[in-house]
Amino acid sequence: MRGLSTFLYRRPALYLLLLLIPPLLWFGTVYLGSLFTLLTQSIYAIDEFTAKVVYEPTLATYRQVVTQPANVDIILRTVSMAVAVTVACGVIALPIANYMVRYASPRARALFYVGVMLPMWMSYLVKVYAWRLILAKQGILSWLLDTVGLGAALEALLRIPGVGGPSLSASYLGMFVVFVYMWLPFMILPLAAAIERVPESLLQASADLGARPGQTFRTVTLPLALPGLAAGSVFTFSLTLGDYIIPSVVGAPGYFIGMMVYQQQGTAGNIPLAAAFSVVPIVLIMIYLTIARRAGAFDAL
Amino acid sequence: MTAAIEFRDVSRVYGDVHAVDRVSLAVQAGEFFAMLGPSGSGKTTCLRLIAGFETPDTGSVLLNGRDVTADPPYERDVNTVFQDYALFPHMSVLENVAYGPRVRGQRKDLWQRRALEMLDLVQLGQFAQRRPAQLSGGQRQRVSLARALINQPRVLLLDEPLGALDLKLREEMQIELKNLQRRLGITFVFVTHDQGEALSMADRVAVFNRGRIEQLDTPRTLYTRPGTAFVARFVGSANVVTGELAQRLSGHAQPFAVRAENVRLRAPDVAAASDAMTCIGAVADVQYHGAMSRWQVRLESGEVFAAALADTAANGDFTIGARVRLEWARADAVPLGSAEAP
Repeated sequence: MRGLSTFLYRRPALYLLLLLIPPLLWFGTVYLGSLFTLLTQSIYAIDEFTAKVVYEPTLATYRQVVTQPANVDIILRTVSMAVAVTVACGVIALPIANYMVRYASPRARALFYVGVMLPMWMSYLVKVYAWRLILAKQGILSWLLDTVGLGAALEALLRIPGVGGPSLSASYLGMFVVFVYMWLPFMILPLAAAIERVPESLLQASADLGARPGQTFRTVTLPLALPGLAAGSVFTFSLTLGDYIIPSVVGAPGYFIGMMVYQQQGTAGNIPLAAAFSVVPIVLIMIYLTIARRAGAFDAL
Repeated sequence: MTAAIEFRDVSRVYGDVHAVDRVSLAVQAGEFFAMLGPSGSGKTTCLRLIAGFETPDTGSVLLNGRDVTADPPYERDVNTVFQDYALFPHMSVLENVAYGPRVRGQRKDLWQRRALEMLDLVQLGQFAQRRPAQLSGGQRQRVSLARALINQPRVLLLDEPLGALDLKLREEMQIELKNLQRRLGITFVFVTHDQGEALSMADRVAVFNRGRIEQLDTPRTLYTRPGTAFVARFVGSANVVTGELAQRLSGHAQPFAVRAENVRLRAPDVAAASDAMTCIGAVADVQYHGAMSRWQVRLESGEVFAAALADTAANGDFTIGARVRLEWARADAVPLGSAEAP
């Protein structure tokens, strides 16, 4: 045993290799391998008559995704929702994360963390169906708004074309509410971690130099917390792009990318189209990260 | 004349720890004032009370005669150089220095010019576009100084600003700070645990111990006439003689202090000078410090005395364990106030 230890200690490269082979195999085959397989599927196309996949490299499927108006609609709809959800999550999470880290007592802080994470420990499906009931036409939310006299305001909101619908549970507005609820913790946690890393002395220096608390937040806390905001927004953005359960349980009947992937690889049996559709979020996230990087979101890392 | 800074019976308590315990003091305008003490003595808390990062539990803080006890930091006419410099990592050196004018809404051409002037003042003009991470410790220190001075505060607070620098740089910065203060004529309040730094730079020094000011005096008085055993030990590393030994040596029980460089060592058989206090001990240890050596001598009654002697042949060379006579002039024994526990 001792001989083996000494042998490996003197050969760090071999030692590292032995340690890394199992996780690398797992990562390489399961993650990258399956991703690669998926991506290769997307460069094939389905034969219109036989409904069989033709194994000849072609860009026809991609052309179908980006040129057919119905498919473009799906992409635009999904991206708009993802952007709206991400912005809303950021706006809600910033004050919460800042309060948690900077102002709450240690006890209150622990409660905040549990409160943020508790919903993540519950079944996803239960939460989605619960929201469907909450948002239903005779649901608790419209009852509550009626009771406090805001029923008319809800009616007005639901009459907005494109966003509204017959009830909250059958509108994009309702879907938006559920998305924000679902992904908010994924924004709060990285943001809180980033704010926590901002040294207290920087905030004191800012106040010392004459900045009011609002100015300090804008010029010191926010720029230094940007990597957290970027990480959180990648979560909320990509989770919304890829989700197919929330759009199928809550909201208006329009298709989302996730639903399209689910349908094409399942009932329709069009694996290449499903694969091409799942490439869309990957490309979008890459574009987003590039923009975030250009904008300096990772400079403070 | 109104004091630049005044504390009236200020206390700050954390749980059951009295970080600052009923402190009253007045710092004059244009003074270089040092707060000296071991860690946890309350000196940094006092600085934070002036800056406004802390609020006193009792008492009041006045700046130029105005009560600012309830004012937040951004409404106080003081600026701070932080121990870790606290430079904004996401801004360039120029933006860091210009931060004060910018948050006060000054025009861009104005703040740019002012910031460059300040950078020239600390000889960092050519580093304006760098990030703080690309600077050395000493350079960051200067940026931090320029950033605090650009607001033209009446009082500049410095929290152990030289602690992270190496010895040579620290000595250079001491001279530079002192010159800067003379040139600008603003009040400097300097927190340090290094008595050498406090003595060499300050006009007056407040020695802190357990949340209180033990003594507030000029460096010379502090060193030559320490008021308490704590000050004698902390500022001068002096020998403090108490109890029976004090009685035997001086004729009365009042404690007194003798600085190590006033103690001479003689062979035990050499006769003592007429007006000297003297006692016999054995050499316990010797540390070589270059220009001088520091000897530890243990008396038969158990007390340990320190003697700092120039490293010359005239001062003799004793082996460890050798019996020696300790001797100092009666005038060098400084009587200490309040029979405080040693």
